[in-house]
Amino acid sequence: MSMAATDNTQTPAMAQEGAVTRFLRATEIDSRMLGMIGALLVIWIGFDAASAFVRGGEGLLGGSFLTPRNLWILLVQTSSIAVMTTGMVLIIVMRHIDLSVGSILGFTAVCIGTMQVYWLGPLVGVGHPAIWIITLALGLALGAAIGAFHGSLIAYFGIPSFIVTLGGLIVWRGAAWSVIRGETVAPMDKNFKLIGGGISGITPGSIGAIASWILGLVICAAIVAMIYNGRKQRKRFNFALRPMWAEYVLAVAGCIVVLGVTWVVNAYYWPKGVVDRWAQQTGVTVPPEGMNIAFGYSIPVLIALGIGIAMTFLANRTRFGRYIYAIGGNPEAAELAGINTRKITVLVFALMGMLAAVSASISSARLDSATNALGQFDELYVIAAAVIGGTSLAGGLGTIYGAMLGALVMQSLQSGMTLLNFESATKDMVVGCVLVFAVWIDQVYRRRVK
Amino acid sequence: MSKPSHKHPTHVERAGPPLIEMKDISIAFGGIKAVDHASIDLYPGEVVGLLGHNGAGKSTLIKILSGAYRRDHGEIFINGGKVEINNPRDAKALGIETIYQTLALADNVDAAANLYLGRELRTRFGTLDDAAMEAECRKVMGRLNPNFRRFKEPVKELSGGQRQSVAIARAIHFNARILIMDEPTAALGPQETAQVGELIKQLKAEGIGIFLISHDLHDVFDLADRLTVMKNGRVVGTARTSDVDHDEVLGMIIAGKCPPGAVPGPGALQGVAA
Ligand SMILES: Nc1ncnc2c1ncn2[C@@H]1O[C@H](COP(=O)(O)OP(=O)(O)OP(=O)(O)O)[C@@H](O)[C@H]1O
Ligand SMILES: [Mg+2]
Repeated sequence: MSMAATDNTQTPAMAQEGAVTRFLRATEIDSRMLGMIGALLVIWIGFDAASAFVRGGEGLLGGSFLTPRNLWILLVQTSSIAVMTTGMVLIIVMRHIDLSVGSILGFTAVCIGTMQVYWLGPLVGVGHPAIWIITLALGLALGAAIGAFHGSLIAYFGIPSFIVTLGGLIVWRGAAWSVIRGETVAPMDKNFKLIGGGISGITPGSIGAIASWILGLVICAAIVAMIYNGRKQRKRFNFALRPMWAEYVLAVAGCIVVLGVTWVVNAYYWPKGVVDRWAQQTGVTVPPEGMNIAFGYSIPVLIALGIGIAMTFLANRTRFGRYIYAIGGNPEAAELAGINTRKITVLVFALMGMLAAVSASISSARLDSATNALGQFDELYVIAAAVIGGTSLAGGLGTIYGAMLGALVMQSLQSGMTLLNFESATKDMVVGCVLVFAVWIDQVYRRRVK
Repeated sequence: MSKPSHKHPTHVERAGPPLIEMKDISIAFGGIKAVDHASIDLYPGEVVGLLGHNGAGKSTLIKILSGAYRRDHGEIFINGGKVEINNPRDAKALGIETIYQTLALADNVDAAANLYLGRELRTRFGTLDDAAMEAECRKVMGRLNPNFRRFKEPVKELSGGQRQSVAIARAIHFNARILIMDEPTAALGPQETAQVGELIKQLKAEGIGIFLISHDLHDVFDLADRLTVMKNGRVVGTARTSDVDHDEVLGMIIAGKCPPGAVPGPGALQGVAA
């Protein structure tokens, strides 16, 4: 091993280095992320154990949290916040904030709903396959345009992002109300509904068992390929290599997680009523003992995963991403290096607006309706998820996967407390406290590591 | 102190138009006239030292050239042609590279990312080619600061001198025509300072024009062909280093007294026979 390998880690006391440290050093796993996964597991196990007393169930510990059904729903519920938090990370990394995402979500959702129900539906016929495509595209464009507008005010007029998006928070919520005068727009287009992951008629908003297994295997192959390729690259430039066993640990652990999740989503079956309706309409006879049709990965979860991967790529592998981090590290230096920081600011806010529109589609499709209250307080959950996920409010620091894990932690808390019949007021108080606590732990951790 | 005895190795050709001419430049921050009708020029292959007390306006003047500030008044010419420099991108497009006094590094990314900031190497798929950038960075830094090893760390974890080396590497790596060095050796050790001195001579021999801001008179006399002294935002005077001595230059810096060997500027002390 060369010097560089030891340089990479930041352990002060090499003499008392334990097995854990050595493991982390060899695998180059971010110990902070490992801590978050640990916290997540504690939360999950804790809720399953607690719910065993309150209501019982088929969960791992006799509760109702660690069941395929609950975990499947948990993932679906996380997807909307998870999508938005990938953009929020970049905004916070750039030393900005976006308080308006919840309101943009509400506004774009009612616009999409209005287009579907009052405009395109009557025009081309309800259920026409063009409807979901057109409204989704227009919705995304609308979200991006609003974000770009906010970004321009921030970049070219020098108004602080806190103020611009605070204004946006109020304005777009009001605009959402004006579009539909406080009414509920429903039902959404039947194809569009699938984006929410629910069952539309007899078409499920998820891809089923076989496709899920194939996808799982493809992701496993991708993980192995990435590890292999990374090793090849390091070899080519004579950079330090991970020990071989660490590569195997990473590959195996990655595949186990992917296949485990795939197994869970495939272990959640259609409810009996839907199976019967499906059998009736397709002329299949259901055997007397019933029929298990698996949901598999749901569309919103796939959207969130896809966006997570795309945003990670954007952040780490493109100039655009590099500039975002550089601006967050030192805005003046970035400008002096010739980076068009204003343009980047506008683009990042536009991206955020578009992601809010994606979440608007997921949320309204899942509820099969749009109201002007949709997405209220989402901005707070999105920011909290990013911060819990390790994004520094001082800028320059934060990862997409961390923020998405943060979203999963928050949603797990919410869902778990719902299972335990907590009142929503209590839930709010707990989530708020957890946010503060998590950030404090993070500070302590960072000070220790330095 | 006596006049420096050494001869400059290269002869600077001043027959054609100057590489850079900044004419009658002014800028004010609020009420402060940071630069007040200053003029300064630079020929190819020439090193011009820029001297003056703290707050004299040296950094501000060269930041106008590098596009960091927009002047209130005055004109800039390159090779006799008038140019508009409104932002750092304009300056870079004209071949002007700058080492800022504050270094202007993105603290949270590594040396290679800083070296290539704004000009990243990309793979044929258009993605960042970090491996190639790191390999290049190892080469450049090897020339500049052979002890440098910390290629993976964000530059905020580097020492002041290491950071300065990164800033210098960035300025010289992209074939500049005009190099601005604002106290480039302030944080460097003696060995690294000597290396930068050698580097300046080498760049000069390649025909690059260099503005060198420094408080170290020895460095300026050693490296510069001419020097310009500023005081309170105004130019006291400009002289060939062979026509003035240390004490005279100190007099220019401290008292604004323009010696006979120098061409006085608007900031020269009036009514004092030199
Ligand atoms: N961005 C700014 N805003 C307000 N005033 C400024 C700004 N930049 C410089 N000044 C003022 O302009 C004057 C000249 O500053 P400048 O940095 O050019 O001095 P300098 O000659 O480089 O000094 P030093 O040797 O200390 O680096 C100072 O009075 C300074 O306070
Ligand atoms: Mg200065």
